[in-house]
Amino acid sequence: MIAKPLIDALPSGGCSASACGSSAAPEDMAPEVWAKVKDHPCYSEEAHHYFARMHVAVAPACNIQCNYCNRKYDCANESRPGVVSERLTPEQGAKKVLAVAASVPQLSVLGIAGPGDALYDWRKTKATFAAVATDLPDIKLCLSTNGLALPDHVDEIVAMNIDHVTITINMIDPEIGAKIYPWIFYKHKRYEGLEAAKILHERQMLGLDMLVARGVLVKVNSVLIPGINDEHLIAVNREVKKRGAFLHNVMPLISDPAHGTHFGLTGQRGPTAEELKKVQDACEGGAKLMRHCRQCRADAVGMLGEDRGQEFTLDKLPETIEVNPAKREAYRRQIEAKRELAAFARMAVKPAETKPGRVLTVAVASKGDALINLHFGHAKEFLIYRADALGVKFLGARKIDDQYCQGGLGEDSSLSRIVELIRDCDVMLCAKIGGCPRGELKAAGIEPSDAYAHEYIEPSIAALYAARCAEADADA
Amino acid sequence: MAFKIVASQCSACGACEFECPNAAIAMKGDNFAIAAAKCTECEGEEPRCIGVCPVEKTIIKA
Repeated sequence: MIAKPLIDALPSGGCSASACGSSAAPEDMAPEVWAKVKDHPCYSEEAHHYFARMHVAVAPACNIQCNYCNRKYDCANESRPGVVSERLTPEQGAKKVLAVAASVPQLSVLGIAGPGDALYDWRKTKATFAAVATDLPDIKLCLSTNGLALPDHVDEIVAMNIDHVTITINMIDPEIGAKIYPWIFYKHKRYEGLEAAKILHERQMLGLDMLVARGVLVKVNSVLIPGINDEHLIAVNREVKKRGAFLHNVMPLISDPAHGTHFGLTGQRGPTAEELKKVQDACEGGAKLMRHCRQCRADAVGMLGEDRGQEFTLDKLPETIEVNPAKREAYRRQIEAKRELAAFARMAVKPAETKPGRVLTVAVASKGDALINLHFGHAKEFLIYRADALGVKFLGARKIDDQYCQGGLGEDSSLSRIVELIRDCDVMLCAKIGGCPRGELKAAGIEPSDAYAHEYIEPSIAALYAARCAEADADA
Repeated sequence: MAFKIVASQCSACGACEFECPNAAIAMKGDNFAIAAAKCTECEGEEPRCIGVCPVEKTIIKA
């Protein structure tokens, strides 16, 4: 029996530390919902510091065509939804889950996200889940779907204890949908244009309503496509909130001619970071927004910021796998203890007494546990936080395309790309940083600091913010 | 009267296999193939395999 985390005891009201926005703080959440999401890295921002997920690519068939997807594409170096390197049968998929569970104690969630549609290719999805549920009953099951086949499978979803479902909803207006979906395949027939988008929309709404009525947590993913659905996603956010979606994840379109997608080939661009943020900010107050999504591959393995999929390809799976639930159980007890400490640290934070309007934007290098515990040169991504008079808020993660430090030698070109990536930040917090990147960051107006090495992220930022405000007041 | 699958185009997603009303499509070695003897080209209706296939010009007249 896992003790109720102390984080429940955080004061309600106010907005200290991670108490607001996407941080999934429990005070705005019913206890039964918190119980479902607290170990799910995709549904809880707090959990994503501690737990890992994996996807198995057992469902290659799809029933719709999206203009941002090319089903023939596969590249091991690409990290984005719909991309996989290796297709698995349900038996192979279940074996892979066992192998990962045996060596990654953080594993708490198995998701099936295609690479086609998990519910259209339901027989394979179901067979995989059934095998995993028998071998690893503590692993949470979730799936992701375009929604077209969803209403047909709600009973089975509930019966199999799949308590998290993600629906990709890019529109609630078929006129807009017709610009995103060239066709759907429904009841053995292909539909195109407006008719296709209308059917898809109706099925998505019906499926969402059915899941909510049965108590299944629903996350809605939306792909932000500039010029097509940017403003519209605010209406999507309001609608899915009204219907009971738990979380809304607005993701940027990833578009490149080399991917061979319709949007890639026709020059449809993805949004800039500012355009994405503008839509996300406009959605605040509606359905709770997810800000920590890494848009992972349909065969990703590991913590959200990493992908260890290549360590667990079929040829690398051992002949026999020993299942040891005690190891994961022990890990979870450790995590509960770590979370209690993190919650204590957050409770100790007092909001800075300062004039409103002072903002500090901070980039953090972390390898998990909610700590500033990663060397600058080893960071594959930065977590971006904003501190103001109301508290510290997580804004999102930014990935570095190429890791800066490769074999100990800093590559200058990637360093300048990192500087670009976090140029809007005032401070960069990490466990350690070399002299050369320190200088480059300073020159760009970003203050590098390892003064909070191995401390908790949010309390450190709060302390830093308070110190900055005090300095500014003293100067004034 | 039958269709065939152009293996170089096929992404092997298997959607055609379970849409085929005649169970004419199955994995043969590394590729999906249509058993010509079973394929009816869906007789007067829109062929389901072509309708569901995500890659254009992958299923064609044999």
